[in-house]
Amino acid sequence: MNVSPFPGDSRPLLEVRQLNHAYPLRRHKLFEPRSVLKVLQGVDFAVRRGEAVGLVGESGSGKTTLSRMLTGVEKPHDGHVLYDGSDVWSGTPEQRQLFRRSVQVVLQNPRSSLDPRMRVGTSLLEPLRSLKIEGDHAARVLEVLDQVGLTKSAMERFPHEFSGGQLQRIAIARALMPGPKVLIADEPVSALDVSIQAQVLNLLKDLVRDLGLGLVFIAHDLSVVTYTTSKVYVMSSGKIVEVGKPLDLFRAPKAEATQNLVAAILTVELGLSGKAFA
Amino acid sequence: MTSSSGAPAIEVRDLVVTNGEVTAVRGVSFSIPQGGRMGLVGESGSGKSMTALALMGLLPMGWSTRGEVLHDGVDLAKLSDKALSSRRGRTLSMVFQDPLSSLNPVRRVGDQISWVIRHHTGVDKRTAEHQAIAMMTQMTLPRPESLMRAYPHEISGGQRQRIMIAMALACYPQLIIADEPTTALDVTVQKQVLRLLNAAVSERGSALLMITHDLPIIAAMCDTVAVMYAGRIVEMGPVRQVFRHPRHHYTRGLLDSQPTMDNFALDGTSRLVSIPGMVPPLHALPDGCGFNPRCPAASDRCRTIMPELTGDTLKSACWHPIARVDEVAAQ
Ligand SMILES: Nc1ncnc2c1ncn2[C@@H]1O[C@H](COP(=O)(O)OP(=O)(O)OP(=O)(O)O)[C@@H](O)[C@H]1O
Ligand SMILES: Nc1ncnc2c1ncn2[C@@H]1O[C@H](COP(=O)(O)OP(=O)(O)OP(=O)(O)O)[C@@H](O)[C@H]1O
Ligand code: SF4
Ligand SMILES: [Mg+2]
Ligand SMILES: [Mg+2]
Repeated sequence: MNVSPFPGDSRPLLEVRQLNHAYPLRRHKLFEPRSVLKVLQGVDFAVRRGEAVGLVGESGSGKTTLSRMLTGVEKPHDGHVLYDGSDVWSGTPEQRQLFRRSVQVVLQNPRSSLDPRMRVGTSLLEPLRSLKIEGDHAARVLEVLDQVGLTKSAMERFPHEFSGGQLQRIAIARALMPGPKVLIADEPVSALDVSIQAQVLNLLKDLVRDLGLGLVFIAHDLSVVTYTTSKVYVMSSGKIVEVGKPLDLFRAPKAEATQNLVAAILTVELGLSGKAFA
Repeated sequence: MTSSSGAPAIEVRDLVVTNGEVTAVRGVSFSIPQGGRMGLVGESGSGKSMTALALMGLLPMGWSTRGEVLHDGVDLAKLSDKALSSRRGRTLSMVFQDPLSSLNPVRRVGDQISWVIRHHTGVDKRTAEHQAIAMMTQMTLPRPESLMRAYPHEISGGQRQRIMIAMALACYPQLIIADEPTTALDVTVQKQVLRLLNAAVSERGSALLMITHDLPIIAAMCDTVAVMYAGRIVEMGPVRQVFRHPRHHYTRGLLDSQPTMDNFALDGTSRLVSIPGMVPPLHALPDGCGFNPRCPAASDRCRTIMPELTGDTLKSACWHPIARVDEVAAQ
């Protein structure tokens, strides 16, 4: 069943084609030849308007690296990053500007992504300033705080005055400030306790539905991904090894990496049975 | 490395953590026997990390403690910073919630692990490096020799977290405090790391204080669990009892908002159960039970008088505890 409120909109909003990327490996002997770690190998990935896409994979499989390509903070060695059909790295400055403003990210760790010396209100305005977006900034802050369920008293406070969970809402608020079309969330709820986690997941789902946002949801908790997304990419060693509807994938995983992820799911009942580490 | 007496690995009595203006931990007491494992769960902002940092003597500037923290025959709350820091990493150590900010960004990770080993055991550099590589291998880190030479920003979140765990385990501490040690890990590595942590803790006979919001992890790793809310422990007891038959409404809510594969509708319209509202800010804690603004069973008494933690094996702080199954059956 297609539940996208934008069913006719089948063209990808943000897409990568045949991405390859490698990092040089550190030598542990001085005269050893330099080898490279292939972090992304022929990766194809796409997200549409009003669509929530999951990206899962073992630690070090390249999820965060792919997200860095999707947001344009790093340029792939080869392959294409396309926003609304045009190549981000060869487009006009206007296209780049539009891309920068339209794709926003929520990072794994809100504590290191928010400037500790800035009041939250100032942090929220920062993206508008750096992207030179005009308009009624104060009204925008209030609107966004409301969208993420925070009160305006948060504006006057500093990041250290919040706990991790509260900070993640602020990070989501900041990402929403420029009015993005695509939100990339890298492990956005892994630092949150379950009751607030549920609220944030419900919030992300609402944002996808109400604002027609495209969401790229990176997580390692499969049940969370199943709940939040309608399509999941599984990554392993820099490659996409399986794509599908979350429940199909997790009921009948085909790739070995997917099977491993499914086999590793831990539940309260399994824990209590004493067989969790069997 | 167990101390001679049968004293608990740690005993905390009426711990209060405050900065004069607000109080983040409001009278917390618990005790973990040698080799015992206690889980600490609770809402974001409920004071779990502040409790852990108080035990470690690592509170942020301006914060101080009241109460007692008995460990290894001394009251840690009364030790000088210097005396405390010589213990850190030796008789008690901690895996921090945020590995990026607790690793030094400008030093190679290998140097950081070997430093911890050398600092506490006095072995030479080469031996420490070998031990560091062995520990990284034990933590199933790929290419340990090359990772030794990497800087923290050059490795993935999951790899960083395993390095932190290796560092915490390096010196066979009596008590390991693990603050969300596996949140940055994917499920496969998480299970591996938990299995490793589990084995390493048993092998060393260390006690464990496991802080996490992940109830399945507590179920798998711990024998007892304390549930924190707004700076207080609201329920505490054997894991099985607390998770199967919670008496406090907050614990019930936590268990209900647990996402599991079977409770999703296939059409993408499903909503997770979430506890409405949020944890009250420290400067505006409600009177009475801290959970009352969010509790479906709150009464006038809940809104005025703070319930104490009472009970035998299962202790709860609630005026209207959820009836046990046998009590319901008897009605
Ligand atoms: N700047 C860098 N220099 C060298 N290697 C890097 C760099 N950034 C990442 N890597 C390596 O690239 C691989 C992929 O890292 P990435 O952060 O994308 O993984 P991930 O899938 O996000 O993992 P996790 O789930 O642990 O966050 C890892 O092996 C990592 O060590
Ligand atoms: N340096 C600080 N200054 C002021 N308030 C702080 C500071 N650090 C923490 N707090 C406050 O103390 C309370 C307890 O925070 P703590 O970090 O212990 O929560 P937690 O239970 O570990 O939450 P989380 O699950 O988000 O990690 C929170 O209300 C937080 O806002
Ligand atoms: S004391 Fe009252 S408000 Fe608190 S959990 Fe119990 S019933 Fe709810
Ligand atoms: Mg990552
Ligand atoms: Mg914490």
